[in-house]
Amino acid sequence: MIDSLAEPLLRVENLVRSFGGIKATDNLSLDVAPGELHAIIGPNGAGKTTLISQLTGQLMPNSGTIHFAGRDVTWLPSYQRSRLGLARSFQITCLLPDFTAADNVALAAQAHDGHSFRFWGAARKEKHLRDAAQAALSRVGLANRADVLVSKLSHGEQRELELAVALATKPKLLLLDEPMAGLGVTESARMVALLKELRKEVTIVLVEHDMEAVFALADRITVLVYGRVIASGDPDAIRNNEEVKRAYLGEQHAVTRHG
Amino acid sequence: MKSPINARNVVVALTALGLLLLPAYSALSGNIFILTLFTRIVIFALAAASLNLIMGYGGMMSFGHAAYLGIGGYAVGILAYEGIGSGFIQWPVALAVSALYALVIGALSLRTRGVYFIMITLAFAQMAYYVTSGLSRYGGDDGLTIYKRSNFGGIIDLSNRVQFYYLCLACLFGGIYLIWRIVNSRFGMVVQGVRSNEQRMQAIGFHANRFKLVCFVISGTICGLAGALLANNTDFISPATMYWTRSGDLMVMVILGGMGSLFGPVIGTIVFLVLEEVLSQFTEYWALIMGPLLLLIVLFARGGIMGVLGRVTRD
Repeated sequence: MIDSLAEPLLRVENLVRSFGGIKATDNLSLDVAPGELHAIIGPNGAGKTTLISQLTGQLMPNSGTIHFAGRDVTWLPSYQRSRLGLARSFQITCLLPDFTAADNVALAAQAHDGHSFRFWGAARKEKHLRDAAQAALSRVGLANRADVLVSKLSHGEQRELELAVALATKPKLLLLDEPMAGLGVTESARMVALLKELRKEVTIVLVEHDMEAVFALADRITVLVYGRVIASGDPDAIRNNEEVKRAYLGEQHAVTRHG
Repeated sequence: MKSPINARNVVVALTALGLLLLPAYSALSGNIFILTLFTRIVIFALAAASLNLIMGYGGMMSFGHAAYLGIGGYAVGILAYEGIGSGFIQWPVALAVSALYALVIGALSLRTRGVYFIMITLAFAQMAYYVTSGLSRYGGDDGLTIYKRSNFGGIIDLSNRVQFYYLCLACLFGGIYLIWRIVNSRFGMVVQGVRSNEQRMQAIGFHANRFKLVCFVISGTICGLAGALLANNTDFISPATMYWTRSGDLMVMVILGGMGSLFGPVIGTIVFLVLEEVLSQFTEYWALIMGPLLLLIVLFARGGIMGVLGRVTRD
């Protein structure tokens, strides 16, 4: 399934992005092979969300290149990257609050189904959009919450909906920015189970603080500190990497011991 | 399914029926004034409905919407002045010029957000105001009298009060029907999605500004039609039509009736203009009463009058 010899689906080379004097992304290079689940970890402020935002085009780098599916997408706006099959979920839930769950997903399906400069026919009556929405909602376990307004959904349900919206764009690559953020123990377990299913179908880049989830899911882990890659490898290699232990896991252990 | 009979729908149905039967009442009671007043109301309701499309559904707070009233009006007035009396030429020109103006203004204004968008639309409308003030050939500051209303051959006589009223009403109902279709279409879903969360819409693959711009142009074009009607109604067009206070009035009508509700602007316009008419009979300081009333609506009834009558759903 994972083919590391093949052309990488995502190739990031020498990416730099600074804010004032601080380099949030510091000459960062990264490959994501088709089919893998690639986790990106790092302490707070390591530049994980900054990286994701550059990958999706919400933020432009100062220099460096991003290739996706063989194309240079470094300067493409986010809506065009989405068209190419790059989807993201947001760390802080980012949905359409005054729309129903089904509408949120149907709009994502609509974005990838012909053009939307159609002014006459009722969009909510387009059966294939509704079906696509329902299918994506079922995938994440929200089938019976389709007609509930997003603002009325629980936090956990909103996290799942984020995922359904991303799935409905039929992505080649799914960028998940802390999908477990703010989830309880049971909800987290459900999310991990869900991601285990999804990884069979789609390449995933996962940014996550929940170490247990990361080591359970990832094929490869890249560790960021101060915007730089300090290690990249399979979970065992990362677990035993001295620099990682010092820079990141050590800090974590320190936190758990003292806090 | 929710029952179609609720306070909201009853008010909408009664209002629509009342508007349809108004000429009959006017004829029976001999009250011509009420027909004149409501012709004006219906025209402004169309303008308010067009503003509601971008403000209520699109989240674009345009503070320069009266510009289209003036542009549509001046298109009719200038063509009439130059001897082109046919409505079949005047009106398409009015619509086209409004659309073009909206395209240019929209392309520039939509680069900004929030307060800046409000300010830049206001600034452009004021520019239009001063440009028309400088048109000395067409009356400049004093405005331009239109000696003959638009001529539609034998089809409809705009000088006939009742026929003209029904033409305006047909434009209003047609406009609202059009907006209803648009709002529920693919395009309308995207526009409303952008209002709700622009970043999200970009992330799932929509070029938000392109949709906003098209929506802005549709809205301006519909308002241009209201402008053509208004010029015919008053037989006169002047820069005052597009003064910023008029844009403010339109915003008030939309907010009063209920932003993002299809029929809200009609209710808002009726309440606004009838109140203005009634109050100004008692005092020239009628705005002193209107102001606090508006304040109450904004403070306690976010969804406007339609919101008070029932939950505002945006479909």
